[in-house]
Amino acid sequence: MSAATGAATGTPSGAATGPSLTARLLRGETLGRFAYVAFCTLVFVFLVAPIVVIVPLSFNAEPYFTFTEGMLRLDPEAYSLRWYREILENEVWTRSLVNSLVIGVSATALATTLGTLAALGLASGAMPARRLVMGLLISPMITPVIISAAGMFFFYSSIGLGQTHLGLILAHTALGIPFVVITVTATLSGFDSNLTRAAASLGAPPLYAFRRVQLPLIAPGVVSGALFAFATSFDEVVVALFMAGVEQRTIPRQMWAGIREQISPAILAVATFLIVFAGLLLVTVAWLRRRARG
Amino acid sequence: MTKAGGARTNPADPARRNRLRAVGLVLPLLVFILITFIAPLATMLVRSVHDPVVADAMPGTLAALSEWDGEGLPDESAYEAVARELVEAREARTLGQVAGRVNRVQSGLRSVFTRSARSLRDVTGGPWRDALEEIDEAWADAATWHAIRATGQRFTARHYLNAVDMQRLPDGSIAAQPEERRIYLPLLWRTLVVSAVITVFCLLLGYPVAHLIAHAPERRANLLLALVLVPFWTSLLVRTTAWIVLLQTQGVANDLLVALGLVGEDGRLAMIYNMTGTIIAMTHVLLPFMVLPLYSVMRAIPPQYMNAAASLGAGPAQAFFRVYWPQTLPGVGAGSLLVFILAIGYYITPALVGGSSGQLISNMVAYHMQTSLNWGLAAALGGILLAGVLVLYLLYDRLVGIERLSLG
Repeated sequence: MSAATGAATGTPSGAATGPSLTARLLRGETLGRFAYVAFCTLVFVFLVAPIVVIVPLSFNAEPYFTFTEGMLRLDPEAYSLRWYREILENEVWTRSLVNSLVIGVSATALATTLGTLAALGLASGAMPARRLVMGLLISPMITPVIISAAGMFFFYSSIGLGQTHLGLILAHTALGIPFVVITVTATLSGFDSNLTRAAASLGAPPLYAFRRVQLPLIAPGVVSGALFAFATSFDEVVVALFMAGVEQRTIPRQMWAGIREQISPAILAVATFLIVFAGLLLVTVAWLRRRARG
Repeated sequence: MTKAGGARTNPADPARRNRLRAVGLVLPLLVFILITFIAPLATMLVRSVHDPVVADAMPGTLAALSEWDGEGLPDESAYEAVARELVEAREARTLGQVAGRVNRVQSGLRSVFTRSARSLRDVTGGPWRDALEEIDEAWADAATWHAIRATGQRFTARHYLNAVDMQRLPDGSIAAQPEERRIYLPLLWRTLVVSAVITVFCLLLGYPVAHLIAHAPERRANLLLALVLVPFWTSLLVRTTAWIVLLQTQGVANDLLVALGLVGEDGRLAMIYNMTGTIIAMTHVLLPFMVLPLYSVMRAIPPQYMNAAASLGAGPAQAFFRVYWPQTLPGVGAGSLLVFILAIGYYITPALVGGSSGQLISNMVAYHMQTSLNWGLAAALGGILLAGVLVLYLLYDRLVGIERLSLG
């Protein structure tokens, strides 16, 4: 396969097909190009198909996880909204959505505020022991989540925060912070500090200069950091598994129970909702990134 | 030191002011992380070497045992103390924890402890040795006393020894567990092998794709990149559910194979709830982490290099291996290392689609946390995993720089 990849690299510009190439090589190159594109197509199918397949299955009128004959014939009778009705009417799912939103939004607000402030300090170049501090701040991202969850379970229950919303919010904040710190420091590295200096020389107090000059320019980075933090919390299941009681069950925790205990197509309806949500996040972050690049 | 002295003479020193400002900005977050994250990790690691339950419940017994030379049986004072402290532990409701810990060193002792504590209520006086031996002959076995003494150490390496399939023999020496009782080293090895296999799969699938995206016209490149990012942003549980739906015996993939006549109705493949399921689903989950670093490295390679190689007479394979591949090595290293690190600590996917044969080391940590309740051992296994991951991240930091972790 690698040889085929190599064969293809010469072709896109077209100029590579110089007179020195023999006809045999040319044919080999076309074949290689074909194999390469076909292989890449298969990989894209592998990446996306499993996610796409879920969507139509969530409209299955029957409690099966596969396409019924009626669905394949596109018989409208074979499709229904019953699983969507089921999750909307089921208090367990609606409560877990509320929990996910409350915990996710609180954790994101906390992580974004603290993370942005810290990133400002880290990017200034005056921070002592910067590498060590950065390592500590990023550690929640690199620690395998089962270890974080086990440690948090012991610690939070010992200080009375086990099975509370506050405990879960603090835990999710910690897990989201590295994403905020990384994205905001990356944005700040492209920030021209002469701008704040100019504002200061024109008499702007530091806080005013930050709010009117620096913040608007780094806002795309801050918002994408916040989105990463929110996505982290919104998709977090292991810490929730160890720390959440029945009252704190989030959507991923409820899906986990659904997959483990009684897997029903209602899960596919929730999954479809989350896929749409992921699509929105993806588009927003891409848009922010383009804006940040200017 | 001299710096601080200089600063004192000039409080308006701008370098010092900047430093203070930077520290002031970082400090709230640092304190927050230390409390909400580092402290929990530290308590877990402490738990892997510190276990005071038996020491707290049976101080008298342990004091009496410190006189014992380990040969034969301890003297009457130990029997007297253990009889008293078993009853006390039963009243304080700590007997279950004590018995559970001793039982892990010498199996069978859990029931001996609970039965003895119950029966001792009816015993009014010594000699305690006879009384205990009458209740259970395990009290006439030196191994019982060795087990109490071993678990009575507040600070202990036994969880770590246990986690690498070793044990401390009664004479104090350390020996490997017999072959058939080794659990954790084979599991650790399996985790490493599976992670390596997944890394190789990700590289094989990701390299051509990254190349295609990196050298496509911009509009198409953005579209293809979005296809890689869709799984990246989609909830992990959704992706795992998707694989369950696709791969189960009555699922879409098997239906398709049957419809195409590739397998018979009764020959449906078992592709999930085993190692195959773990590898397929984890390759899918981790593939974007390979494609993104490869893509950013490949995008920076000028196409003229390959053209130059071709015009100088290099065949496609030669041009690729001599010119293109070496330039992508930083991306290959970064992507492979990242995928490997993420794979060895993975928990969710193996837990949901791995069945019994597709479990990895993280799942064993979860098992000891939730089911066997052997928290010391869970902490020790976690400590070993954490140490391994940290070493790999230091390597990653050296090679790539940790702040450049690809985030889509």
